[in-house]
Parts: sequence; C-alpha cells; structure tokens
Amino acid sequence: MVATTLQSIGGWALGLFENFGRASLFLGKIIASIPHALTRPRLIIKEIYSIGVLSLTIILVSGLFVGMVLGLQGYITLVDFGAEESLGVVVAMTLVRELGPVVTALLFAGRAGSALAAEIGLMKATEQLSSMEMMAVDPIKRIITPRFIGGFISVPILTAIFTAVGILGGRFVGVGLLGIDEGSYWSQMQANVDLIDDVANGMIKGVVFAVACVWIALYKGYEAIPTAEGISLATTHTVVNSALAVLALDFVLTALMFGNL
Amino acid sequence: MTTRFIETMVGLFVVLGVLALFMLAMKVSNLSRLTSNDGYEVSAYFENIGGLKVRSPVTVSGVRVGQVLEIVYDSDRYEAKVLMRIQASHDYFPIDTTASIYTAGLLGEQYVALEPGAEDDVLVAGDHIEFTQSALVLEEIIGKIVVKLTSG
Repeated sequence: MVATTLQSIGGWALGLFENFGRASLFLGKIIASIPHALTRPRLIIKEIYSIGVLSLTIILVSGLFVGMVLGLQGYITLVDFGAEESLGVVVAMTLVRELGPVVTALLFAGRAGSALAAEIGLMKATEQLSSMEMMAVDPIKRIITPRFIGGFISVPILTAIFTAVGILGGRFVGVGLLGIDEGSYWSQMQANVDLIDDVANGMIKGVVFAVACVWIALYKGYEAIPTAEGISLATTHTVVNSALAVLALDFVLTALMFGNL
Repeated sequence: MTTRFIETMVGLFVVLGVLALFMLAMKVSNLSRLTSNDGYEVSAYFENIGGLKVRSPVTVSGVRVGQVLEIVYDSDRYEAKVLMRIQASHDYFPIDTTASIYTAGLLGEQYVALEPGAEDDVLVAGDHIEFTQSALVLEEIIGKIVVKLTSG
C-alpha cells in the first residue's frame, strides 16, 4: 500500500520533470530557429494579425472598463481623505505596474493562447505536422517559430495599448464624470510615475508574460494527444497553466523590480 | 482576406502600439520633466530632512524649478546633504538664498522651497546653500508644546 503510493508520487514527480524538460528543449529549438524564421517576415506578419490585431477588440474594451472602474473606486476611497487630486497617480501606477501587463496576459492567454494550442493540436491530429516532416519541412521552423515571434511582438504592444486606454478611461470617469481638475490628474501622474522604474518595468513584465504564454500554448498544442479529447485538454491546460504562470511570475518580477526583497 | 489587408492591419496595430507607448512616455511618466543635461546642481545641508525623497520637487514661490537628485548623510558634518538640480533657465538665485523643507498639505509630500536672498552674486553649479531650515517633525513640535504647557 505504502509502496504503491510512494511509487505513484514518484511517477508523478518524474512525469512533471520530464514534461518540464521537454518544454525547455522545445523552447530551445524555437529560439535556435528564430534567425531562420526572421528571413520570412510574411509568415510573422500573418501571425501578428491573427494573434495581435484580432485580440485588439477585447484589449481595448477591457482596458477602457478596467480604467473606468479604477477611476471610480479610487475616487470613492480617496475622497474620504480629501486626496481625490491623486486619482491620476493611483490609476496610472496600478495600470502601468500591475494590471496592464497582468490582465493583458490573462486575456491574451484566453483569446489567443487557447486558439494557438487548438490550431496546432488539430494540425497534429490531422497529421499535417507529420506530412510536413515527410516533405523535409521542419514544422518548428515553419509553424511554431513564426507564431512564437508573433506573440512575442504582439503582447507588449497590447500591454501598452491596454495601459494607455485604461488611463484614458480613468480620466473619463475622474475628470469627465466626477469633476476632478484635469491639470492635477495629469500633473500628479507625471510627478510620480517614472519612465524607467514604472513604465519600462511594466513593459519588461509584458515581454516576460508574452514568452510564458506563447511558450505554454505552443508546447501544449505541439504535445497534444491527437484526438478530439486531447485537443480540448490541451486548450484547457493552456489557459490554466498560462494564468498560473503569469500570476506567479508577476509576484517574482514585482519582488525583483519594486520589492527590495 | 488579402495579404495586403493583413499587412495594413498589422501596420496600424504597430502604429497604435507605438502611439500608446509614446503617450505612456510623454503624458504619463516624468520624461517631460527629466532635465538630465539641462540645469545645474547645488547642495544644501539640513539637520533633518524629514520625509524628503529623491525626485522631490524644488520650488521657489511655489513654482517648480528643479528636483532633488541625491540625499546622503555627511558623517563629517553630522548633517544630511541634499543635492538638487535646478533648471538652467533659473540661474538668478543669490548666494544667500535660503532652502527650507516644507510639506505640501497636511499629509502631503515634502519639498524644498527656495527663498532668494539679496546678494548680487548668484549660485552656480557646485555651490552650497548656506542658510537652511530643516523639516518640521511633528513629534518635536508636540514635545515643545508639552514642555511649554507643563512649565507654565
């Protein structure tokens, strides 16, 4: 009884390490074929379209509403202390440092990551990947890497757009509806948000989350069991693992950048 | 879905991203206020700087003319040394200018307020401001009031 339990725990742990090792080798192969993929920019542009441009609607709408909610909640909290002039700082800091990169990555995992995993999983199930190999076309170079680069470029752009739209949403609620002075909204923001410490660090978060999300999605799709059930499992795992990875990485990055731990 | 349409949309997407970044840099962050090359540095010694921080504003008559660059403790003088950068356009402060640390509002940020003196010579890069007034620490004031009340 004890022996079988130990055995199953050991098996599970070994499986976990094996999975992680394969994922790392997979990432290594992708990175090694980046120079080759860059010689065919058409493929990358097509992926930026399907990964980035088509995610724009959800990013714009969510960014606007997240900013508006932040503006409203911040105002309700700050007005008790007579500090509602600081609303701009609150909205900008929250979005630039945390919510911009994190929510963008979560939405991206749900919108584009799941689609990537399903697409590649189905390619595998219908043996398109194997037939490519038969024709001496490396599916990593032709299929996987352009998608990786597309995601790598798209997510930071989406992060910047989300953050900018959110700050405008906060301005709409704070200045437009609640009557805070427009000048103090922007000037307090400018006085407290630092280009390197805040904006650049937020963008670095966006880049790290991009790699994590795209890597997980492509790996899950590439390693999917080639059945209908296997593909559905791969998409589910993509979204769950991406969300967990983004939130855990966010803590690590925040501690490194702002925490002085 | 023609290739041309896709390429146009991707181009628009990238332009939108650059515009968003540009807005974050110019309108949201302090880039427009960073005057790293423009300006001159002066220092002042304070007994107590209270809650003054790097990047706190330096003002004259309430108008922002510079920012605090560096705060270090000088172990020779047993005082805090505050290095500040003042914009090059404000090069008219007499050498007997007074620097005081005040608080904006009751709980607000602390800042350095300059009060021009009467001398003809003006402060240049590397000068020390001789006359300073430290930050008011609430506990010290309360302590003084208590002493006054109990002694009287």
